[in-house]
Order: sequence, then C-alpha cells, then structure tokens
Amino acid sequence: MTESNVQQSDIAVEMRDIVKRFPGVIANDHVTFIAKRGEIHALLGENGAGKSTLMNVLAGLYAPEEGEIFINGRKMTFHSPRDAIEAGVGMVHQHFRLVPTLTVVENVVLGLDEPRFKLNLEEATQKIEALAEQYGLKITPDAFIWQLSVGEQQRVEIIKALYRGAQILILDEPTAVLTPQETVELFSTLRSMAAKGHTIIFISHKLDEVTAISDRVTVLRAGKVVAVVEAKDVTKEKLAELMVGRPVIFRLEKPEVAPGQEVLRAEDLHALNNKGLPALKGVSFTVRAHEIVGVAGVSGNGQAELSEALYGLRPLQKGKIYLNGQNITKAPTREIIRQGVAQVPEDRHKEGSIGDMDLAENLILKNYRQPPISRGPVISWKYVFDFAKTLIRRFDVKAPGIHTRARLLSGGNLQKLILARELSSDPALIIAMHPTQGLDVGATESVRELLLQERSKGAAILLISEDLDEVMQLSDRILVIYEGEIMGEVPADRADRNEIGLMMAGARQETLNHHETVAA
Amino acid sequence: MNQPSFSERLPRISFERRLTAPWWLAWVIPIASVTLALLTGALIIASQGVNPWEAYKAMFMGAFGSGFGMAETLVKAIPLMLAGLGVSIAFRMKLWNIGAEGQLWMGAWAAAGVGLYLYPAWHLPPWLAITLMMLAAMLAGGLWGAIPGLLKGVLQVNEIITSLMLNYVAISWVLYFVDILWRDPGGLGFPNTALLDRAIWLPKLTWIPFLPPGNRVHFGLIIAIVAAVILWFLLNRTKWGYEVRVIGENPEAARHAGMPIVRNIILVMIVSGALAGLAGMAEMSGVAHRLQRGLSPGYGYTAIIVAWLAKLNPFGVLLVAVLFGGLLVAGDQIQLTMNLPRSISDILQGLILFFVLGGEIFSRYRIRIR
Repeated sequence: MTESNVQQSDIAVEMRDIVKRFPGVIANDHVTFIAKRGEIHALLGENGAGKSTLMNVLAGLYAPEEGEIFINGRKMTFHSPRDAIEAGVGMVHQHFRLVPTLTVVENVVLGLDEPRFKLNLEEATQKIEALAEQYGLKITPDAFIWQLSVGEQQRVEIIKALYRGAQILILDEPTAVLTPQETVELFSTLRSMAAKGHTIIFISHKLDEVTAISDRVTVLRAGKVVAVVEAKDVTKEKLAELMVGRPVIFRLEKPEVAPGQEVLRAEDLHALNNKGLPALKGVSFTVRAHEIVGVAGVSGNGQAELSEALYGLRPLQKGKIYLNGQNITKAPTREIIRQGVAQVPEDRHKEGSIGDMDLAENLILKNYRQPPISRGPVISWKYVFDFAKTLIRRFDVKAPGIHTRARLLSGGNLQKLILARELSSDPALIIAMHPTQGLDVGATESVRELLLQERSKGAAILLISEDLDEVMQLSDRILVIYEGEIMGEVPADRADRNEIGLMMAGARQETLNHHETVAA
Repeated sequence: MNQPSFSERLPRISFERRLTAPWWLAWVIPIASVTLALLTGALIIASQGVNPWEAYKAMFMGAFGSGFGMAETLVKAIPLMLAGLGVSIAFRMKLWNIGAEGQLWMGAWAAAGVGLYLYPAWHLPPWLAITLMMLAAMLAGGLWGAIPGLLKGVLQVNEIITSLMLNYVAISWVLYFVDILWRDPGGLGFPNTALLDRAIWLPKLTWIPFLPPGNRVHFGLIIAIVAAVILWFLLNRTKWGYEVRVIGENPEAARHAGMPIVRNIILVMIVSGALAGLAGMAEMSGVAHRLQRGLSPGYGYTAIIVAWLAKLNPFGVLLVAVLFGGLLVAGDQIQLTMNLPRSISDILQGLILFFVLGGEIFSRYRIRIR
C-alpha cells in the first residue's frame, strides 16, 4: 500500500523512519508506520520483532534516536507518557498499571491534574459510567481492583485511556490473558470504538485474531517493516510467511499412539498460594504413558501451584500423588527428580537456569548427584563437558560453546537448553509449564516437536499452558482449571473452543449443554 | 514557543546493562579504581601538610621494601587470609557474614583455653596440643557462625544484623576471660592471660628465603595456603561446591533442582566461622602467644574488604590479604617516620573499597551521555 492511497486528513498517526537501539540490537530500524482514523490496525510480528518498542515510542515511554512522529498531521516530540496522553495517545500494556488496593474510580483519576485539590469522585464515577455505557464496557466503578478478574482489569485500563481523552488506543497483546469469550467481548468493544472514530493499534502475534479484527496489518520482522496489507486481502498463511520470513507449516505431525500405563495419579490435591489462600481445591487427574494431558485456564487459577505441588516444591494440605503406583506425596524434590520427573518451569530465567553460569554447569543441574557426572563427592568435569557437548549438538542449542554463560542465550535457545537437560534423563513424566511462551515460531515448532517425540517414546506429559491453541493442538485430553478446581475434562479430538472457554470462565462441564454425550 | 525545561536541557545520562564486557575491562577497572582511591588519599595526606608522594613511597618501602617489612606484612596478612577465606565462602552463597571478627575472637579464646589449661593438665605432646587448638578454634568459630546461619535458614532472620551483633557479644565474652577468669596472676595487672608454653607456639618459618632472621612469620601462612587450596577444590570440584555456587547465583533454580538450601546455609556459615576461628587461633598462638586485649585490630572487618576485592576467589584472597597486610604495616610506618596518624591506613582501606565497589558499576553497565 502506498501513501498516496491514504488521504492526508485520514491519518491519525504517522511515525516516520523511527530508529531505536538497545545494547546490541536495533529494535526499530527506520520503521515507518501509518494508522488511519477509525481503523483497527494490527501490528504483527514475532517476539523481538520490535512491535512493543515501536508502540512504546508512540506512547512516549522511549525516545527514538531518529525519526519523527506526527499526530493528526502535527509533528510531536514526546518527552514522557504525559505528553503522549495530552496528544491523545493511550496505551494498555501487557502488564496492567493498576493499584490493586484502590477502586476503579481511584485508579482512573490517579495521576490526573484535574481536579487540582479536592477529589470529586462522584463526578468521576458518573463520567466513567457514561464512557462504559457508550462503549459497552461492563464495569463497577467502586469495586477494588483486586476483586476484579483479569478481563475486567483490562477494561479498567481501557476506560483509563478513554477518560484521558485517548483518540488513539494502543493495546499490547490484549488477548493473552483473556478467555475466548472475553476476547469476543473485547473485539466488539474495539469495533464500536473504531466506529466512533478512534484509532486502535493492536499488537499481536496471533494470526487468527489479526485476520478476525483488523482492517489493516503492518508486519514487522527483525526491527523492519516487511509489509503493510489490507487484512481482507491476505491469508493467514501469507501473514505467517511475512512474519517469519519463510513458509510455515501449521499442522504438527501428531502420530497415533495408544496410551500406556498410568504414570501420574493426583488425588484431591489441596494447596495454598504464596499469600496463604487456597490455590488448589481438590484437583484430581491422571496422566498415562504416551499421553499429553493439557491443562487449560486463564493464568493465576492455580496452574503454578499445581506444577509446584507435583514437583515437591509446595506442601500439600491434603491429597495424594502417585508416580508409577508409588506414593510420592511427601517426597522431596530431589527424590522426585530421581524417580524420573522432569520439569519445564514457568520462568526460564528465574527457575530454569542460572544466568551467570555456563551451559555445561546449567546442563547438570538435575543430575549432578548421579554417576558418572559425580562419583562420591567429586564432580567429573571432563565427563560433564563431553555430556554437555553431546546435548548441545543433539538439541541444536545455538551457542558459541559449552562455556558460554546461559544468560547470553536467546529465549528459544535457553528453552532448548532446559529441554536438553530435562529430557536427557529419559523422564517418565514431564511437567511442562508454558513451554513456548515468548518463543518465536521456529523455536515454538521445535519445542512442540520435542514434546511429541517424548510422547512417542513413552513419556507421560502434563502440559500447562495459557495458549489454548497449543493445548488443543498437542494434548490427547484437556483439563480446564478455574480457581483451583478442574471444571471438566474433554478429549482433544472432540474439544470445542466454546465449551472450553466457558469452563475457563468458571462454568462446570455438567452444567453445560452436553452435546457430545447427546451425539454419542 | 515551548521552552525546554531545565531537566530537558541537561545531558541525558543513561545506564545500559552490558551483556558482555571486553576482556581488558576486568583489569582496567580495578586498577583505575585503586588509582583513584590513592589520588583521593593523596588529597587527605596533603591536607596534613605532608607530601603525598613521599608518604606513599615511605608506605610502600615500609611494607614491601625490606625483608623485615615484607615479613611483618606477611604476619599481618595471615589472619586476613584465613578470615578472608571464611568471609568469601559465605559471600559466595550471598550470605553476608559480617561476623568474622567475633568468630575470630571465639576461635582465639577456644585455642587459648586448650593451650593454657588442657595442654598442661593432660600432658599432651605439643603437636597434638596444636592440632587440638586448631580444632577447638574451628569448632568455636564454626558454632559462632552457626548461630546466624540457623537463624537465617530456619527463621529467615537477616544474617547481617545477627552476625554483626554477635561480634560485640564475642569480644565481651573473651575479654571477660582475659580480664578476670584467665588473667595472668603474674602479669603486673596487664589485661592478658599467661604466655603459652613455647612448645605450642605455631612454629616460625625460618626457612623462607629473603626474610631476615628473627622475623615473626609463622606456620599460619602454610595453614592459610592449604585452606585456600582446599576451599578452591571444594568450590570448583565437588558437588557441595556446585550447590553452594548455584544457591548463591540463583536460589530459585537451586530449589527446583532439589538442593538442600537451609542445610547449606547453616553449613556454609559453620565453615565460614571455622576459618575465621582459625585466624584467631593463628594470631593467638603464632603472634601474641597469649590471649590479650587488642589481639585483633579488626582483622575480621578488613577481611570483608579483602574477600570482596578478591572477587571471592580463594587465591585472590591470599594475594589481596598480602596487600592489605602491607597497608597495615605501612600505617605503622608512616606514623613513626612521617608523623602522620596511623588511621591514614584505615582511610585508605575505606577509600579503596569505596572506589572498587563504585567501579563495579562500569563492568556491568555502559554509561551513555546524550
């Protein structure tokens, strides 16, 4: 699309030749981005392509090294987010900027210059209710933020931007935290905002969403704009190719394998979260060999606690865990590892690796106690180095060598390093939490393939993920967790997104229309 | 129209994290830091009406310029080495043991008890008595270190505060013995115990070349070197050392690997305290030959600086301890010859630490000015 197609007066945002560097990388390399008034414009790209950086520049959080920004045709220089807000640019970040102990109204007026001295919360409340009404955003103005679900909190962020007069609204991966139903609601809100003349910029790497909601798409790859296209003129496959730079296969080879013996049995697990509140309230399930069991759910519904409890990292208040028929309920983590349980932790940097140690030292984290890595109290580094070299090659970890520090690896390579370590012991059970979160398409593919390979080899895999597509694609059975309880279980080949979405929002399977039993 | 505000007219200074540092940076930064510390020290010396260049020359010659000076430097370095090794292993696990001073005093006290009372009472052979003195010192120092370790591991009490406060308890405890219970009746009222029997003094290292006869360098030097080798081996070659390093670098990853964190916190504090206790034994049996007030002029605190400057490397600790031993000797030297207060050497210690800590930011961050 060339510029002449766009009428000058239509243009709400024009960013011209933006350059933003970070140590070692050019996040935005002469990026030109144009969004029209009243359109929903998707900014598509892999992690690290520079989408968030570009939008943080537009929102006044980063100062670009080069380039110009025009809002409604006027050249702007933003020194802070405040300048951007004054120019009508609002941003809803991936991680919300809300104060949990304050109410919705208080959060909305927080930081405003008006009123100068005396808070007039009634007036603010009325204004918020009017906005909510106008855009179809369901909100309770005097509720505290901590009482709200993630979806509701997102609405507060949108209201906050509208309250400040945002004409241009940037949303950074807004659907990552939503159930499918909440996503549908959000999209209808966004459409009504666009119809009223707002410009919506929608950052995403999910192709389905981009084609579903946007009018136009700007695709970024490695800091550069590779295409600007009309959404109706383009296929999902084409977008994927533009984003990744090569054709992408969407279907994973998932071989037919009959499930084997029961490996993991969890019975009535109860555990508390870090705040001492119940996080697991009677979770029971089994995982068999040759089987991937997916746990779907919105983040913060007990998934982290479940993963920790199974790995011996969180004490159970009640319930029993059996591994291959043996009771491991009270076993320490060390023993659980020895019994052949591998874990892909939620946070690669904090839990899964030691940034300032080298790859070899990271690779023996789980088996340093066992011969031939160590004999008696002494570690045989000679053996460790051979072991590390073999694993790096086998799992295709791209690094200068085994003495590279782990924190220099990219997200995808670090995840491969962790998988190399965890899978090297031929585990009986793998607990994988968000194994592809934040990875680019290539790394995601190889991680998923590795998990499927382990399934073929006979491992039992518990896949905990917020990415519903991933869960549906990889799993044999899907459990849906909500507030520490399993809402229901569906076989993956008969899984219905809508049904899973309702369970993710707290509906029990029994209460839903049981069309599959009817059909059967 | 829009005047840029004051803050906008200032150059923007930003810190950017380095992913990799060039190899020479690891050398340039400490050298530049120490140079800056010495330059700042020069200002202070000049303010006392003394030519800083002359003062530094006198200090260097005093500490390293003669066989006698070198010997005294080593004597002062021995407790710094042992206590510095102790501090360094605790710091490896990010346990901020500030209690080496107290652990050192407790070690000296236990060793003195064995030497003054058990040795004559049980008619022990001298080698066995010295061994027992070492073990007693390690036990006492280790137990003194175990207290903050237990409090930290079991109850999550801040070890900086507990280990620091236990220093005062330890010193008061030992002085109670020095002044009252174990006071030398023939000591003409001086606050010290009787001398140890000459047979159980740590032997002098008369065989070291270049050192003048009659110097005070003792067997503690060998103990310190052996301790450094053992510590290096433990840290780098054993499962336990690997655990200590992983827990220090990333306790959450250690937890996910099933490492016994609480046990290691206590164990490392015991080892740390035991090494500091050994420093006390060496100073008592090798230099003072008795328990007395002022046995340690704060070796346990200087050891913290030593460990930090050595980047917690055991062999680095040996080297830095010699430099700081030299600084202590030089302080005495310039007091005599240049009429400067002895505290100049304390000031220099502080300045060096200050600048080296400050300089570390340049190894981790790149400073950009726009």
